[in-house]
Amino acid sequence: MTEESKTYAYFLGCITPNRYPGIEAATKTILKEFGIETEEMMGASCCPAPGVFGSFDMHTWLPVAARNLAIAEEMDLEIVVTCNGCYGSLQEADHLLRANPKLKEKTNKILGEFGREFKGTTKVHHSLVVFHDVIGLDRLKEKITKPMDDVNVAVHYGCHFLKPREVRGHGSSDDTYILEDLAQVTGAKTPEYKDKLMCCGAGGGNRTADSVQSLEWMRQKLVSAIEADCDCMIHPCAFCHLQLDRGQEEMEKAFGIFFNFPILFFTQFIGLAMGLSVKELGLDEQVTTMPDKLLK
Amino acid sequence: MGTLYEDIIDYGGEVFGEEHLETLRECVQCGKCTGGCPSGRNTALRTRRLMQMALVDMREEIFNAPELWFCSTCYTCYERCPKGVKVTDVIRTIRNLAAKEGHMSVPHRMIGVYVMKTGHAVPIGPDQMKLREAVGLESQPPTAQKHKDQLEQVQAIFKATGYDAMIDFDWATMNLKGMDKGGKK
Repeated sequence: MTEESKTYAYFLGCITPNRYPGIEAATKTILKEFGIETEEMMGASCCPAPGVFGSFDMHTWLPVAARNLAIAEEMDLEIVVTCNGCYGSLQEADHLLRANPKLKEKTNKILGEFGREFKGTTKVHHSLVVFHDVIGLDRLKEKITKPMDDVNVAVHYGCHFLKPREVRGHGSSDDTYILEDLAQVTGAKTPEYKDKLMCCGAGGGNRTADSVQSLEWMRQKLVSAIEADCDCMIHPCAFCHLQLDRGQEEMEKAFGIFFNFPILFFTQFIGLAMGLSVKELGLDEQVTTMPDKLLK
Repeated sequence: MGTLYEDIIDYGGEVFGEEHLETLRECVQCGKCTGGCPSGRNTALRTRRLMQMALVDMREEIFNAPELWFCSTCYTCYERCPKGVKVTDVIRTIRNLAAKEGHMSVPHRMIGVYVMKTGHAVPIGPDQMKLREAVGLESQPPTAQKHKDQLEQVQAIFKATGYDAMIDFDWATMNLKGMDKGGKK
C-alpha cells in the first residue's frame, strides 16, 4: 500500500465522538491533508473501557473488544484510535487472542452466535504513532504555518499508550519521546515537570468510585505543569481529555478554584500550528479556553 | 472455591495465562509498587498490602476494602516491580472476583447499564449531536447506538457471559432492578 492510498478504520469509541468531536474532526482533517483516509466502523461499540470492564469482568470485556476488532477485519483495514482506553482494550485484546488459541475459540463461540469471528488479521494503531511514524516529522514540519516558538507545552502521555511496555511495544515508559517530538515539530518547547508521567486520575473506575479524590490527583498534576511555566497540556487520550478539561469545571465546584489551564488533544495542537481555527478544532466548545499565545 | 490465590490463577489465568498471574508468588514485599503509586499518595491504597492480603487469603477483607477500587490501572507498579509481578492484572483479577461476589458499587454497575442500553459507556444525546455538526461532522456516528441490530449483538454478549445478572440488570426497564423509578445512583 502506498502512503498516498493509506486508509484506516477509525475506531471512535465513546468520548471522542460523543463528548469531544473536535478531536475527531482535527484528526480526520489533518490525516486527509497528508493523504490518509479514515473509514467509519459501522456498529462499533464501547471498546469497552479496559480498566473498567477489565476490572468488573474480563470475560465480558474480551468478547466485546473482539467484536470491535472483527468489524475492522471485515473491512480489511487496520485500526486507528484517538483514545488510550480504546488503544488499551483493542490492542491488548488482539494481543491476548492471538497468543491463546483456546481463548480465541471460546471468544469466537460467543461472536459466532451473531455471525462474527475474530481472525487476527487487523492491527491496532494509536494515532500518535501514525502521526509520528507514518506521516513523519519532516512532512508535518512543512505544513506548520503558525509556529509555536514561544509556547511551553506540558506533555501528558496518559497510561495505556506506553504501558505495559511488553504489550504496547513503544519502548521505555519513563524515557519518552513521541509526544515531545510532535510538540517540538511546531517549534514549541516541552519542559520537564514533576508529575509528567503521572496518570490523570480517571482510569480504572477511579473517577466513578470517588470523583473528588480523582480530581485532587489531577489537581496535583496540573499544578506541577503550571509551576514548570507551561502554557498548556497536550495528550493522546480522549478519556484523559474528559478528566483534564471537564474535570477543571468539577474542580471549581469541589475546591473553589478554576485553573483554566488549556487542554488539547495532540492533533488539535498541531491543527492550530497548521492554521486551523479554534472553531474547526472544536476548541471553542470545551471548558478550558485557548490563550492568545496559542492563536497567533 | 479455592483459596483467593487459586481463584486468581483460575479466573484470570484463562485470559492472561496462568504463569502471568502466578508471578504474584514472587512478591517479596519490597514496597516499590506502593512507592510509585499515584493513587497511594492521596488515598488509602497500599498496593504492597493488597498483594500480601491476596497471598495470605484475606478474601473478605480485600473484597470489602474501598481502596481496592482506587487503583486507576496506570501500570506504574507493573512496570517497576523488580520481581516481575504483574501487579495491575492481579488487581484487575481480584476486582473481577469481588464483583462476581456482589462487591460492586451502584455507579460502577451503571456503566454497564449505559453499555447495555446504548452500546457506549458514554452515549450521545441531542446536545452533543449539535457539537458534532458545529465541527462539520455528521450528527450521529454510525456506531452501535445508531444501529439497533448492532446494539443487539453487544447485548447478546452481556447475556452470554452473565454480566447482566451480575449487576442485577432488568431487561424490562433497561435499568438496574429497583432503579427504574428515579432511584438514586
